[in-house]
Amino acid sequence: MGRCGHNLPRCNPLMLCGGHRVVRYRYSLNAGDHVPSLTAAIVGSGNIATDLLFKLLRSDVISPRYMVGVDPDSDGLRRAAGLGLEVSAGGVDWLLARSELPDIVFEATSAYAHVVNAPRYAEHGLKVVDLTPAAIGPYVVPTVNLTEHIGLNNLNMVTCGGQATIPMVAAVSRVVPVRYAEIVASVASLAAGPGTRANVDEFTRTTAGAVAKVGGAEVGKAIIVLNPASPPVIMRDTIFAAIPHGSDENAIVASVRRMEAAVQAYVPGYRLTADPQFDAGRVAIFVEVEGAGDYFPPYAGNLDIMTAAATRVGEEIARAAMISTV
Amino acid sequence: MPYSEDLDIRITDSCMRDGSHAVAHQFDETAIRDMVTALDSARVPVLEVAHGDGLGGSSFNYGFSKVPERKLIKLAVEHAPSSKIACLVLPGVGTVDDIRAARDLGVSVMRVATHSTEADISAQHFGIARELGLETVGFLMMAHSVAPEALARQGRIMADAGCQCVYVVDSAGALVMEQVSDRVAALCDILGDDAQVGFHGHQNLSLAVANSLLAIRAGALQIDGCTRAFGAGAGNTPTEVLAAVCERLGIRTGIDVFALIDAAEDVVRPVMESEPVVDRMSLLMGYAGVYSSFLRHANRAAERYGVPGPEILLRAGQRQLVGGQEDLLIDIAMEIAAERPTGIDHVAAP
Repeated sequence: MGRCGHNLPRCNPLMLCGGHRVVRYRYSLNAGDHVPSLTAAIVGSGNIATDLLFKLLRSDVISPRYMVGVDPDSDGLRRAAGLGLEVSAGGVDWLLARSELPDIVFEATSAYAHVVNAPRYAEHGLKVVDLTPAAIGPYVVPTVNLTEHIGLNNLNMVTCGGQATIPMVAAVSRVVPVRYAEIVASVASLAAGPGTRANVDEFTRTTAGAVAKVGGAEVGKAIIVLNPASPPVIMRDTIFAAIPHGSDENAIVASVRRMEAAVQAYVPGYRLTADPQFDAGRVAIFVEVEGAGDYFPPYAGNLDIMTAAATRVGEEIARAAMISTV
Repeated sequence: MPYSEDLDIRITDSCMRDGSHAVAHQFDETAIRDMVTALDSARVPVLEVAHGDGLGGSSFNYGFSKVPERKLIKLAVEHAPSSKIACLVLPGVGTVDDIRAARDLGVSVMRVATHSTEADISAQHFGIARELGLETVGFLMMAHSVAPEALARQGRIMADAGCQCVYVVDSAGALVMEQVSDRVAALCDILGDDAQVGFHGHQNLSLAVANSLLAIRAGALQIDGCTRAFGAGAGNTPTEVLAAVCERLGIRTGIDVFALIDAAEDVVRPVMESEPVVDRMSLLMGYAGVYSSFLRHANRAAERYGVPGPEILLRAGQRQLVGGQEDLLIDIAMEIAAERPTGIDHVAAP
């Protein structure tokens, strides 16, 4: 077991750097190429938190160390403890009382909880990747603006629908001006957790805002539909963008296909179901998001793309930290 | 127990919301002013005005409104001295901001619609609507797809969130007779005095009026109609027919039947592009349990991709699409086109 408390073959603290923050090196099992690794805490112990944990455990540059929740009987905490994390149902109070604080906090609770927690993380100078729609920090969509805000302490992951669709809005808006873009996310009922259900307006507002702000449309709109079909349906997203008369359709299609490949780098099951369709002043792009099946079943692509994107952002923070310490 | 001292049931006319689908959301000020004036004079108690897909529905996916709905709602409120004006909102499409705006325009009844298994996404909207002093109605859409007891449990969720009347909404016009009364009775049982029960019917299987009567006999106190059946798909329960039948049966609706029959013929019909009919497409929708407002979208996709419209509808039923998934009709049309020997690339753009 490494000194950080994991029973995983990693996380050997070797180097102090960057003031009070500890950056750890992890042994690569293959060669002597040591990669620095930041420690992470996952706040929240629900489905998103658990799926995120599985992805972070595979990361070369992030070592998940803590998971905190509020329910002592939570499956998520039990599972995380079994995987070697230090866990507690004592919430953020417990986390912030640790003698060794994590480098990065992944917030996987709710928008309401994050509004309360964010200032406390800030007091302790922690980097935060926020998976709730609280949107305290700027929106980040890995294929669009991964590095733009990386130096800031609180980064927001928009929504699952945003992660699935904003890359495509950006793929169009980098070719032609987009006056208006609209996304429709269809999600299997079983893949919509209690947080989304209790506050579906947070989803529509936050996604619409980010479709404009990150996607590059002048105006954004978002629609979410929950479908209870049995067996559960894979996440589907449709992106409509208003485009000027006489737009270069081939250039738009090429840009969209490049973006598809870029997203596939971290969500292999992300794919267009057909070529973009052009109709009277608009392009329609049809996407299917099949998840990796880490913790959620593959139909829950909405949850998978969220945790995959958050992992990607966490890794970028780690790389930036590594560069700044070299 | 009657709806009130004067009414056995309360009828809501939805032709200025559900009818919006039938004209691809192209209502203008004149149409709304004329219809509101005529239906208000015929003493229809509640008139629903909104985009077909509810507040905020104006979009690529559902069709853009010709005139912003808030303008039309304001106009409706101004021209309805006695009828209450209602709006519909689908969480996931419209937000509580739309509810607030509607209230500020003078709307008094807010109807919140979810698919019949997803009632819990409406809690926020019922809460805000009640806080704002609005009367609330809950819509459990595609009610045919869920067994009576399961539907009743969803109704309980809405009532607990502040809904005052839970509707069995036969969005696909797929319910047959006892399937309506069983659902209404199950809701009445579970809701007791906490909330009323309503029924919203469509004509796809030519049963809307009969189904509405069965709903009333099973305990429903609120019934939806659309004057001249002016609504999505095969059309809705024709309000003037329902009112006439109720009068014959001694069920008090408060509606001036002759005035409404005139309004249907002289005012509402001229606004309609065509009479809703039970034809191949709309009958198949009822048969396959497909959301009524898919009709025009399926027709358009069929034409655009040169594939049979009925095939699109049947696949929509097989895929178990729910209200709101209009975008996937294009997807289905492309799928059918791709299966053909010529393939999708050979289809000419419109």
